[in-house]
Formats: sequence, structure tokens, C-alpha cells
Amino acid sequence: MGYPHPSHAKEQLVLSKHFGDAGARTFDGWVKRGGYEGLKRALGMTRDQVVEIVKASGLRGRGGAGFPTGLKWSFMPKEVTKPHYLVCNADESEPGTFKDREIIRWTPHQLLEGCAIAAHAIGAERIYIYIRGEFTAEHRILTAAVEDAYRSGALGGNVFGSGRRIDVVVHRGAGAYICGEETAMMNSIEGKRGNPRIKPPFPAAAGLWACPTTINNVETLAAIGHILVRGADWYKGLCLSSPKSTGTKLFSVCGHVQRPGNYEVVMGTPMRDLVYDMCGGMRPGRALKAVIPGGSSVPIMTAAEIEDCAMDYEGIAAKGSMLGSGGMIVMDDSTDIVYQVMRLARFYAHESCAQCTQCREGTAWTTRILERILAGAGKAEDLALLLDLADNMTGKTICVLSDSCAAPVVSAIKKFRGEFDAYLNRTRRPVMVAV
Amino acid sequence: MTAELVNVTIDGMTVAVPKGTSIIEAAKQAGILVPHYCYHPSLPSPAVCRMCLVEVEKAPKLMPACVTTVVEGQVVHTDGEEARRARTGVLEFLLINHPLDCPICDQAGECELQDYTFQEGRPGTRYSEYAKRYNPVEDFGPDVLYVPNRCILCTRCVRFMDDVAGTPVLNVSERGDRAYIGIDQGQLLDHPWAGNVVDLCPVGSLLSKDFLHKARAWDLDKSASVCTGCSQGCNITIDTRDNTVVRLRPRPNLEVNRHFMCDTGRMNYRWMNRGDRIEAPLVQDGGRLVATDWDRAVDRLAGLVEKGGTSVLLASASASLESLGLVHRLLSGTRLTAVVQLPVVDSEEPLQGIKDLALRRERAPNGDGARLIGYGMDWQGAVKAASTADLVVLLDVTLTDAEAALVSGAAAVVVLGTVQAQELPAAALVLPLTNVAEENGTFVNRDQRVQRYQQARTAPGMSRPAWWVAGQVTPAGGLAPSSSPATAAQAFELVCSSIPALAGLTYSDLGLLGRLAPTHGLAPTMQGGS
Repeated sequence: MGYPHPSHAKEQLVLSKHFGDAGARTFDGWVKRGGYEGLKRALGMTRDQVVEIVKASGLRGRGGAGFPTGLKWSFMPKEVTKPHYLVCNADESEPGTFKDREIIRWTPHQLLEGCAIAAHAIGAERIYIYIRGEFTAEHRILTAAVEDAYRSGALGGNVFGSGRRIDVVVHRGAGAYICGEETAMMNSIEGKRGNPRIKPPFPAAAGLWACPTTINNVETLAAIGHILVRGADWYKGLCLSSPKSTGTKLFSVCGHVQRPGNYEVVMGTPMRDLVYDMCGGMRPGRALKAVIPGGSSVPIMTAAEIEDCAMDYEGIAAKGSMLGSGGMIVMDDSTDIVYQVMRLARFYAHESCAQCTQCREGTAWTTRILERILAGAGKAEDLALLLDLADNMTGKTICVLSDSCAAPVVSAIKKFRGEFDAYLNRTRRPVMVAV
Repeated sequence: MTAELVNVTIDGMTVAVPKGTSIIEAAKQAGILVPHYCYHPSLPSPAVCRMCLVEVEKAPKLMPACVTTVVEGQVVHTDGEEARRARTGVLEFLLINHPLDCPICDQAGECELQDYTFQEGRPGTRYSEYAKRYNPVEDFGPDVLYVPNRCILCTRCVRFMDDVAGTPVLNVSERGDRAYIGIDQGQLLDHPWAGNVVDLCPVGSLLSKDFLHKARAWDLDKSASVCTGCSQGCNITIDTRDNTVVRLRPRPNLEVNRHFMCDTGRMNYRWMNRGDRIEAPLVQDGGRLVATDWDRAVDRLAGLVEKGGTSVLLASASASLESLGLVHRLLSGTRLTAVVQLPVVDSEEPLQGIKDLALRRERAPNGDGARLIGYGMDWQGAVKAASTADLVVLLDVTLTDAEAALVSGAAAVVVLGTVQAQELPAAALVLPLTNVAEENGTFVNRDQRVQRYQQARTAPGMSRPAWWVAGQVTPAGGLAPSSSPATAAQAFELVCSSIPALAGLTYSDLGLLGRLAPTHGLAPTMQGGS
């Protein structure tokens, strides 16, 4: 199927196979489509066996950092002396990213199955699904699916008769982007202000309520059931470029393409194919200017850079950006890069948790400078100042929100300097900026 | 007790520190202060100000010295190019929304933002043409004002209330550069130890209403002292301006009060500046008290003591160990009843997060010193006995009218006091004493810890410490100036020589952090140990 567009021939449908198919939302509907087979198999295995399969599959975290999932699970203590927790990060808030939302909306049991397998693999009895507060419909769907799963024995005190207890608590966020950062999320679940924590200790050592905790993204967990059913080799074989990037990935494409939406492709698919073919290319008469490939926090790529870019962790990194969450923001030649960067900076200034000095003050200052440039009041030294601030904001704070604000600014100045200069030398008409 | 030691080299200096020590504390051992704002040794570290970033060899990026623990062989550079640039960056970020109102800010002169900016901040601002963040001043509670414009969000105050006071009324409100310190709705910062947030604030954001605009930091003289509010014996600093006590602040002593003192103690200083002082020795002369000099006054005192018979010594438990000891010794040739006046209240006010720290029930600093010397606690009995005594000596006590009437029954009354009292017009002698801010001395706290305090202001008129007065008279009576102690240190040694628990102690043993009595626990304390 496909949603909102019919699937494209170049897509590889695994996670998104049932997008648009409301029948897949119920427990029975999911089972009819082959669901919960993975969980049943996993329950027949030891923790280590499940972890080994996921390790062998090459699956890497889909939330943005791309950390190998099986390896992350293996950090959890072997002996369960304190409660272990699995936290599912469904606080999808990265600008340009809307893949987790679709997974929850159409295939909530796909997520629950993956969660239950992961819980088994890390020795957890309780799963917190931290869902973004604005996802009201998805929250309703997910809650209904959880109840359905309890009724059907896929969750609860005796999962599918295995004697294993797996509980799910759905926890709603309250609208803070920063709560998508894993340590801030744990604070938020604990009822505290959602401020990121210092690492170490890492969550696997002391996470939620100081107990061993693993945090995985929705898309990561959704892939687990398929890996258990079809095997690590099958998943590993889904690879067109770097062998370190395997499986399928959902790319949320938005912006100036003919058909925006979620596209599931095999890792390593050329970015050209996605933008120009699957998404239908630019609007008539327009040319591609830039792409932010992995959610708003990553460096901007130029049209030339995407020409031969393989969409996997290594391929995009080779072009100086990051795969991130797979939220692709496509901008054609009508785009004012300076304005777009200002909007991004303003977002980060609004969402900074205010803990670290560089982030609290730097994001807001960066925004003001960009606003000033747009308003035609920029100064010759502003770009150097922006770059210097960005340097002070990079690699110096508890979490990477500050770095995320700096990255698009730095890359935009580096790659689209002419647009900044046009404002600075007053050859471009100033933009009214709502402050 | 011996912890495993780790060798770490900081700016070329190798130090051995216990395993688990933070780089910032290890650096202190090497004599290096890593600039910081959010870190405080008595609070949990959130590592949010990012000021203490240092270069650690083999680390991929700068590390916060406050939460990074040392490992064997670690090499740290606190003053490398990269660390210095990062600090300059943080200072610049902190200053963009910080008003440069230092000329009217109480913190100026003792402000860590000011100090570090002078040390390595940028000479000018690059944050031009923007208004700084503005929020109006908030009244947080009985003594604390919050000036949000100056706040650098270090969150020390929030953590103090959360983790030390155990009364989480403060919070960080809002996000990003709109953030400020909020107080929970309907709450006041009225915890008995809340005043500490003012000391903890590294800038002039939390201010004491009591101290507001009283003095510039550079006008203050500072003296190490001990709080007289209760038997805890918190170490304090007395700040004076132009010979007037204007502020008491806690002085760090990890064994007693860490970095804190309670508000009751903090506000307990106005009496030190009282103007109605006895300024000269007064002798009874035909129904009138007439000013005289010390020679004649001491002579008269010696005469009264020589008569022997029964004597009653009513002393304040706020008097120094030296004074209590030597006045007691002065009367040792008589049949002496000695008691101390020791106010006791019903409950303590503990500071939850710090072990063994509370505003204690015994509201005087030296009850245990008095016990060690041999003072009794039966105040009422002693006052009754005073009515028929041959000699009553009052050492800086306050009497009710009824008590004064009883005491007036004695054959002779000697008043050693600081402030003028009208209740004993028939006293044979009234001798002017210095108060705690005007003399050197020691107190023994509830844990038998002997602690020194130092003179903070000049004494008025001819007033003298009571130990000096008593020391002018030999125990057997008569003048013996050659054996009289000339300094508090000598008086202390003299007193300790006759107290087994303190035998051999000297001022140099005590230092400024005090020391437990060598064999303590001989005298039971009123409250027992807790």
C-alpha cells in the first residue's frame, strides 16, 4: 500500500508495508499480517541469542545517532539485580521528521512487538513509550493497541504463555523538543524538568530511576520483529552501499518536491533517486538548491552534493552531513537560505533547556544576528561572529542541542555565503522578521 | 580510612588525590583554581555553567572539571589555549544578558563574574544593539531578594533548596534565554537556613535585604569568628565597615558547618554594635557609681575577693572559655557556687542535607566550655543562694527584676558587663567588658570542639575582656601582675592547664578551624550526642 501516495517501485516495503491499511491496527489484524511471530520466536530464545541476532543484522539506531542496536542492548547488565527498563523514544520532534508518527498511526503492534522483543533481550519487565504530546490521534491509537495487546496476551504478566512479564506504560510528553534527548526523556518520565543529564553514567548503567535502561527509537524497534522472523542475514543483505549500514530506512521527505511523504528504501539508495524520481522532483520550472538530509540538526547539503550521495550513514557522512533521523528537507531555488537558517536557529533558541550557558545564550544570540541580517541591518563582521559563536557552541555542552543549532548555520555560511553577503551588502531586499 | 590515591598532573604539577576526586578538587590540591560557577563543594554538580572545561590529554573534547573524576596518570591543562578560549566564550555568553550595573550591585567586589571577566573576559561586547533580558526584582522571602537580570542560571540556589534544605521551593522557570529562577506559587523562601542562597549566588542576583546597600565589599574588614547563636558553633566571618558589624557570613569548616549558617545566627549581630555600653570601671561611692581607673577598680575587686566566705558566680554561657575559666579561678578561694545562664528552646532547626548541622536547642555558644570548667546549671538555685552570699559576681548576664532583687540581698555585688544595666544600683563594682566582636577567645561547642574567634572591632572606652580583669587578681587575692595573662592565648593556656579534657592545648593547636578536645566526652552535654 502506501500513504499518502501509492508505493514507488524503488521502495523496499518492510516497516511501511501496511501504511494506509487501517486493518493492521488491531491485534488480530496484525497477527493476520504475520505479526507477533517475531515475539513468539524471541520468547523461545535466551536474552543473548536475541541480542546476537540483532547484532548480526547490523541494525543501527534510527533516532539520529546511528549507534548499533545489538551492541547497545549488550551493555545492559547480564544479572538483573535492579529493575531494567526499556524506553521507546516516540517523542519525534526533529523538524522535518515524521516517520515514527506513521509507524504508530498505522502499525502500532509493529512497535509493540519490537518493544516486547527488546524488553526480553535486555531483561526488562517494563517499557515506557514516551510519545510526543502533540500526537493526539497516535496516542489514542497506541493506547488502544496496548489495551488490545494486553487482552490478547501479547503483553502482561504471562506473555504468550511464556511466563515472562512485559508491561507497557504510555507516557505523553508535554511539548518540549529536548525531551527527545534520551537523558532528558528519562528525567521527564521521572516527573522532573526535562533537562539532559551528564554522561557518564550512561543509561545502561544508571538510567531511569538510576536503574539500567535502554532507549531505542520507534523505527529501530519496529524493525526488530522482522529481523527475528526473516533472520539477520536477510536484513544484512538489504544494503546497496556501505556494509556498515543495513536494512531499510524511512525517509520523511518534505519541502519543495512534487510528492512529499515517507519513503522506505534500502540503505545506500542514491539520494538522487529519492529526490528526483520517487518524490517526483522539483516543481515545474524550479531547480534544487539544498537538502537538509537528516532532520534540522545536520549540516545542509547543496544540490551538487546530493548528485552522487548514497543514503546511508557513511554515504551522507562522506558529504559532510549526517543521516540523522532521515527527515529530509528539500529546498528549491525559491528558498531564502538565510531565512530558513534563521527559522531553524529560532527553533533551537526556543527549545534550549537553559542548562548550559553556551546553548541558552548562544542559540538566542545566533537567532538575533540572523534576524538582524535579514532585516537589512547586518554588519560586515556578523558572519565571522556567527562562526565564532558556533565554534563556542560546538562540543562544549551536556547534550547536542547547541551543536545542532550551530551545524546548519556553519554549513549555510560555508555553502551559501553569497546569500548572506547579499543581505549584508544590501543587494537583497530586507525581510520583515517577526521577532 | 586510607583511600586509594591516584596521581594526576595538572598544569605540570603532579598531585596524589583519593580515587573519585573531581579534577576541580584535585586542582585545588595543586594550588590551581579552575574558574567555575555552578560547582560548589557542598552541592551536587550539574555541570551546567560549562566554565570549568579543561583540556584532558587523550580526551576527545574539553571536559567539565567539576564532574570528571581523576584517573591514574591523567594529564590536565586548565590554562591551555582551547580551555581559555572556551572560558572566554562562556563569559561572553554570560555577560550578554547581564546588566553592567556593578556600581550599584551589592556583589561588586566579591562577584565571581566580575573577577573572571577581569581575569580573562573579552575587553568589549560583541552583543551590540540588542536589549538585555529584563525581569523585575522578586521578593523571595524574609531576607532574600531575587534580581533576575543579573542571574546566570548556575542553579546553586535551586540545588541548595532541593538537596540540602530539602524544601524544594525554587525552580528554573521557562526555557532558553528566557529562563529565570522561579519560586513555587504561594511559597516563600522562609526556610530557617534560606539565607545561604545569598552566599551561594556567585553574582548579585540573590541579595540579602538586611545587607542591601550597606557597604561595598572592598570597604569591609573580615575577621574569623564563631557564631554565638547556639551550641553548634558554626564558623563565621564577621564583616565590619568602619568598626561597625554589618554582616555575618558562614566560614567554611567541613567538620562543623560545611559552608552554611542558619538565618537566626546570621541576623544575630546588631547587639554587637550597641551604643549603650559601660565604658569605664565604676565603683560604689556613697550610693553613686563613680567612674574610676582600672588600677583602683582591680584593687577594689581584690579586696572583695580576699574576704572569702560564700560567693556566687552567675555567668553567661556566651562568655569565652578564657573568661569563664579565669573568673571561676578568681573565686576559687571562696565557697563558690558557679552557674551559667543558658537559654534553651524546645526544638532544633536542622539543615536536612548536612549531617550533624542544626540550630541547636542550647542557644549559647559555650555551654560545654562552662561545663568543662565546672559551672553548674542550676540557675534558680544559685540566684536564691546569691541573696545570702558574701559576694556575687555577675559575668555578662541579664537578670529579671525578681532575680535582681534576690541578688541585691548579697553583701557585695560585682557586675562584669558590656551594656549599662539599671537593675543593680547598689553594686559595689561595675566593670566594663568587651563583647565577642571585640576580643579574642574560644568557645567549646556541643561536640567538645574548641574553636577560636578573633577580634573584629575595637572595644569601646576602657572595656576589657573578663579574663584580663580576673587575671589581674591572684586566686588567693591581691595583685600579682607578673603572672597575669597578657593575651588571650596565655589566658587560654592557663585555663586549659586546669581542665583535664583540654590539658596542653594552645591557640596554635586550634588554628582557625578548631579542634576536638583531646579527651572529650568527660562532661555530659545537656542534649547528649546525636
